[in-house]
Amino acid sequence: MPRRPRRWRRGMWIAFLLAPGLAVMTLFVAAPLLSSFRYAFFTFKGVLPDAFIGLANFQDVLFEAPFAAQTWRALWHNCVVFASLMLAQNGLAYLIAFALLKTLPGHRIHQTIVFLPVVLSAVIVGFLWKLFLHPLFGLVNAALALAGIHGPPWLGNESTALGSIIFTNAWHWVGFPALIFLAGMQRISKETLEAARIDGATDRVLMTSIIWPLVAPSTTIVATLTFIGSFNWFELPYVMAGAIGSPGGATDVLGLLFYRTAFGTASSGLQDFGHGSALAVLMFLFIATTSGIGLHFLRRREIEA
Amino acid sequence: MQHGERGKNALIQALLIANAFLMLYPLLVMILSAFKTNAELFASPFALPESFAGANFARMWSETSFLRYLGNSIAVTAVSVGLIVVFGTMAAYAIARYPFRLSAAVFLFFLSGLMVPLKLAIIPLFIQLNTLGLIDTHFGLILVYVAMGLPSAVFIMTGFLRTLPGELEESARIEGASELRTMLQVMLPLARPAMVIAAIQNAVPIWNDFFFPLVFLSTDALKTLPQGLTVFMGEYNTDWGVLFAGLTLSALPITLVYIALSRQFIAGLTQGAIK
Repeated sequence: MPRRPRRWRRGMWIAFLLAPGLAVMTLFVAAPLLSSFRYAFFTFKGVLPDAFIGLANFQDVLFEAPFAAQTWRALWHNCVVFASLMLAQNGLAYLIAFALLKTLPGHRIHQTIVFLPVVLSAVIVGFLWKLFLHPLFGLVNAALALAGIHGPPWLGNESTALGSIIFTNAWHWVGFPALIFLAGMQRISKETLEAARIDGATDRVLMTSIIWPLVAPSTTIVATLTFIGSFNWFELPYVMAGAIGSPGGATDVLGLLFYRTAFGTASSGLQDFGHGSALAVLMFLFIATTSGIGLHFLRRREIEA
Repeated sequence: MQHGERGKNALIQALLIANAFLMLYPLLVMILSAFKTNAELFASPFALPESFAGANFARMWSETSFLRYLGNSIAVTAVSVGLIVVFGTMAAYAIARYPFRLSAAVFLFFLSGLMVPLKLAIIPLFIQLNTLGLIDTHFGLILVYVAMGLPSAVFIMTGFLRTLPGELEESARIEGASELRTMLQVMLPLARPAMVIAAIQNAVPIWNDFFFPLVFLSTDALKTLPQGLTVFMGEYNTDWGVLFAGLTLSALPITLVYIALSRQFIAGLTQGAIK
């Protein structure tokens, strides 16, 4: 007789523990995600789905004016951002990690310093560098002037704007991949490194042919996170170049295009949830499949190493 | 050989110092510029300010809603992180400590949230909050943050709670403690380090978030610090000293906490990625 109520009570206890978490996840992750795919097939009246139109939204954002040109240009810029961050930001991060691995005096402080910008908001970092990059009064051109160089209007020039924002991103984030690489390097056994040294391996050999293959798992993480970050890039370009990717769309990326399309801007029209949803679905599928394929190859590389 | 090694180490140390300079100098200039007038800023951008009286800070204080934004950010972050840790620990405790039929499925359901960039679901989230009457409220924003943070919290806490030995629980039960008491007084005190990691991992991105408030909040009095900063940067765009003061004050709270807890911050923010 007492067995049953006890089991029942145990069940209730487990349900009580799970209920709040499951409720939030269902309402704010599962449900929105499912509707997100549905909404892409509708036209909208304000915030309400109106008429089912099949694939027309997708057709518009991929192949029809005025969307298509913006979509492909933004995608290209995202690719540029990803490639530059992989090379410049993460390359530098690898060097910093290698330097920190030496545990020279003060290495803990260096570790803390290189990670400091990471904890700041992209809004703060973006505005700070926007002020520094100001053509007349900014710190950067003032410093260049000391060396007799007349700096360009970094953010106002179509050829330098995107690069300037990428630089800012690297300054903001370099500590993150650096410490992930460092954690990977610290897991390599001391014997391996000692043996290589005794065999006369120089630092360059150590860095390129001994440590590099052994930190493959860290590289996988860094590459994947950089990829996802680059294709969700929003806050820095929004703060530094505005929602329309000034000047003249030279800094437009998918995140800005998506935001603009979905919610409108003061200058470029109303909110359009139908086309916005189509863009979101395409971005989601693109990020999921590309990072999935990438992960597959990066993982295989880990095993071979 | 010895000599070459030392020379190389000196070179590496020099590179690290150069890097530290590159990281810190812009922040130092930000702070110093906050004490300058416009005229000073443009005439001598690299010099120390003429006075540290803090007129720009006084103006921020009296003319802008900075304190309000700061208070909003503190409230939203504290409540969100609190709920993430409480709900996350509750769910993780059920998954880790009790065998029940759907345990694996529930765990997977939570974990699937790790794969979803919630930013891309902003349109349905907006519609969802609108339906619930929670657009332009802190509560709506907090619920979205909780949804965003739960997967990683459940993941970390489940992993940790599974490692606790079963004998502890058993002996508490034999002594007649209720399940609730066993959880609160015996098991959870041991899980505190994992809770700290889960809290930091979520607190930093929530504190810094700009995207969700941008979309959900329109009432000025509700805005969070990063969002308020964009309002303020627009209003004072010719008054650079005040702008730098605003940036300095906005960066200050998290920087101070980071300096005090840098080890936990680094562990918390990189751990999710490494494990």
